[in-house]
Amino acid sequence: MLDADVITRTRIDEAELAEEPLLIADGLTKWYGRQLGCRDVSFELYAGEVLAVVGESGSGKSTLLQLLAGQLAMSSGRVLYRMRDGATRDLAILTEAERRLLFRTDWGFVQQDATLGLRMGVSAGGNVGERLMAVGWRHYGQIRHEAESWLDRVEIDPERIDETPRSFSGGMRQRLQIARNLVTAPRLVLMDEPTGGLDVSVQARLLDLLRRLVQDLGLAAIVVTHDLAVARLLSQRIMVMKGGRVIEQGLTDQVLDDPQQPYTQLLVSSVVPV
Amino acid sequence: MSEHTYNFAYLDEQTKRMIRRALLKAVAIPGYQVPFASREMPMPYGWGTGGVQVTAAVLGPDDVLKVIDQGSDDTTNAVSIRKFFAKTAGVRTTTHTEEATVIQTRHRIPEQKLTETQILVYQVPIPEPLRFLEPRETETRRMHALAEYGVMHVKLYEDIAHHGHIATTYAYPVSVADRYVMDPSPTPKFDNPKMDNCAALQLFGAGREKRIYAIPPYTKVVSLDFEDHPFERYRHDAPCALCGATDSYLDEVITDDRGGRMFVCSDSDYCERQRESAPPAPQPADTDASHA
Amino acid sequence: MYVAAKGGERAIENAHRWLAHERRGDRTVPDLTLAQIAEQLTLGVDRVMNEGSLYDRELAALAIKQARGDLIEAIFLLRAYRTTLPRFGASEPIDTGTMLAVRRVSATFKDLPGGQVLGPTFDYTHRLLDPELCTRVPEKPARARVETTEMPRVTDLLSQDDLVERAPDGPADAPIGDLTQEPLGFPADRDLRLQNLARGDEGFLLALGYSTQRGYGRNHPFAGEIRIGEVEVWFQPEEVGFAVPLGHLAVTECQMITQFRGTETEPPRFTRGYGLGFGQCERKAMAMALIDRALRARELGEDVVAPAQDEEFVLSHSDNVQATGFVEHLKLPHYVDFQSELGLVRRMRAEFEAASQTELREAAE
Repeated sequence: MLDADVITRTRIDEAELAEEPLLIADGLTKWYGRQLGCRDVSFELYAGEVLAVVGESGSGKSTLLQLLAGQLAMSSGRVLYRMRDGATRDLAILTEAERRLLFRTDWGFVQQDATLGLRMGVSAGGNVGERLMAVGWRHYGQIRHEAESWLDRVEIDPERIDETPRSFSGGMRQRLQIARNLVTAPRLVLMDEPTGGLDVSVQARLLDLLRRLVQDLGLAAIVVTHDLAVARLLSQRIMVMKGGRVIEQGLTDQVLDDPQQPYTQLLVSSVVPV
Repeated sequence: MSEHTYNFAYLDEQTKRMIRRALLKAVAIPGYQVPFASREMPMPYGWGTGGVQVTAAVLGPDDVLKVIDQGSDDTTNAVSIRKFFAKTAGVRTTTHTEEATVIQTRHRIPEQKLTETQILVYQVPIPEPLRFLEPRETETRRMHALAEYGVMHVKLYEDIAHHGHIATTYAYPVSVADRYVMDPSPTPKFDNPKMDNCAALQLFGAGREKRIYAIPPYTKVVSLDFEDHPFERYRHDAPCALCGATDSYLDEVITDDRGGRMFVCSDSDYCERQRESAPPAPQPADTDASHA
Repeated sequence: MYVAAKGGERAIENAHRWLAHERRGDRTVPDLTLAQIAEQLTLGVDRVMNEGSLYDRELAALAIKQARGDLIEAIFLLRAYRTTLPRFGASEPIDTGTMLAVRRVSATFKDLPGGQVLGPTFDYTHRLLDPELCTRVPEKPARARVETTEMPRVTDLLSQDDLVERAPDGPADAPIGDLTQEPLGFPADRDLRLQNLARGDEGFLLALGYSTQRGYGRNHPFAGEIRIGEVEVWFQPEEVGFAVPLGHLAVTECQMITQFRGTETEPPRFTRGYGLGFGQCERKAMAMALIDRALRARELGEDVVAPAQDEEFVLSHSDNVQATGFVEHLKLPHYVDFQSELGLVRRMRAEFEAASQTELREAAE
């Protein structure tokens, strides 16, 4: 079981910024029968870095995320991850127990549909506290206090700690999902269209929150989105996907300001300027 | 149709062997639910077939059997099961806890401390402590294998958040030998501490769900709780109206339709012993008036 | 003074005695014989044999009489008896292709070799209660000249053109699971699923089958064939080394032809659902075939969206002996646990009262 004290880490660990990447994706490929999900996707992600994966529907970006999260079996390729003890391991070799523990503590996954990433019948406090209880926290008062502070941090009124997410708005549910994932101080968070389906003003607020949290907590993140504005706001690097392949990648500002590939140019020019 | 003769304690030897293999595995892995090929028995599923199969598998001709339900030897189902074994095994039966070598029970642990020469067989309806949080067997099996019990504490957390108390009053989940989380069967939580470091062998049989589990003697059994909301035994705060005991679990008996109640020991044998060895408890003044 | 009630044993004996009396009923009315039950309530006997998992008409009739006509109680009696019987092994698979069919119909073809034989069916009767049933002596059945006794299976006919999926072809000596020897685990293979359905409650299976037709996991079924009749059972004892015939069983078999499918490597074929039971149990066999097909969703690559496709749900709740045991066990005393709940609820109510009093006092101040 993971020690409770690793949960209190909130600052960027200087040693983490060493040259070793946190995550290496190598030739990730997924076929659905004869249908291509994604092909030969390779990248490196460093601690504290946010990578946006953009493309239209059918580009393979969601498939990529599911491969990384272990929700789909890959047809070929490897995912290597640097564990907390410093050793880099191939995720395919982990035992099921190790993988499930990893996903509950060191990784987070924010679903597009918050109802899938939350326990809808459990209170906000229970939702946030679950991961803590799973790693051995046994003091109700402390769990509740920690949950309250996280609710506050994601701008949910802590007075609502005993309500279930059924009474929360879409934006609030999303923020609760974020809190639920961040409570164990994960080093990597995967996000699937985190602002999808939300009103524009709600999106803006959520993005602002995400940006601050990522910065404060030194999170590495992979954000899948079709919305270039989200990519611009959150990420340092970007990967553009089309038809299952990566057609362009680089620093976000560079790629979006000066796209090289015709498809990227098309994407960028299609964004209605506000 | 030919006349049918039954084997000792009804089950054939092959079936008993199968059950004993499951029991050995259960004892080797305290608190782990071992699947077994439960047989149809002459009493309905849900009425103790698991307990009866376990008892039938461990019973020998020299054993002395006690059967209780709700703590009493005289409840109809206990009577029925005791008669079943008297008929099919011919073993001596008793109502006295300290005379018994095998005790089959439903919903209570005897008040009398058990010894190393005794086996306690529990009747279990739903063996899976996670069942009401996760209905899928495939998922709960994985949770046990990976010791993923977070969801159990979430349930306790929710209880405290909504009721101010942990709302489970019976079948209160326990952690066995610091590994498996187990359902002790629907005994009141009052009985949980008796399972900890118990000198007797505790065997659990769920016939319909086809699971056997066990707690070997002197095993650590801890009720799940929070540090700041520790496990509490509940007992109605009064002495037994018949024997005066203040440390036994009490049944509530409604004596009239004007709210008259009295509380008596659930463990009928224990109550009798207390009365035999002590002067009778003082009677409340108005009882005579409310009884014909 | 209150005395703990004793005498449970005597109460039980008296209850049994009263039951026996009620079972017999008015003594001036003739006692029902087992032969009458077996001969004239045949379909009830067939159902009890199916769900009791024991082919013995006389025992099933006795069970029905002992159960006062409560079929689920009779099924329980038969199941409990079955447990005590010694087991010699498994027979050779019965060959329904050689069945002497008294009834054989197919909805997929207008006519076919062997013809459409209606048999002794309720199908086209008008459901009008007939009081003269009690006095009229029925005619003997009509006789027909039969051209041929050949009745090839519809699925075999379709197979000749490779139109229907082949019956699963594993190695001939692959071990067959036995539901009665090991506890059911999930996911369960088809052999165990079919065994579970064969002894499953007819009402439960009927409802689930019905649900698939109404869209809860629809599989576009056609009744390829239903046949009812006797088949011979063969058994190979180890010591002897060759198979010997044990006798005949009456069985009902249903082959459902269901939704076709193809893959990138395989051309489209119809899929199948299968149902089989003792005696004349058409409704059961048809429902079983629908659910067999629904439960194959996983292996056929279909989304599991409906209750009939949910293996764990269907197979865990199909056994009416288990179901009735657990539902009815609620009659057993539960007062010890109820006492614990009472304690908690009373305590919480006291706290609620105290909190309301405090609020009132604060409001008044």
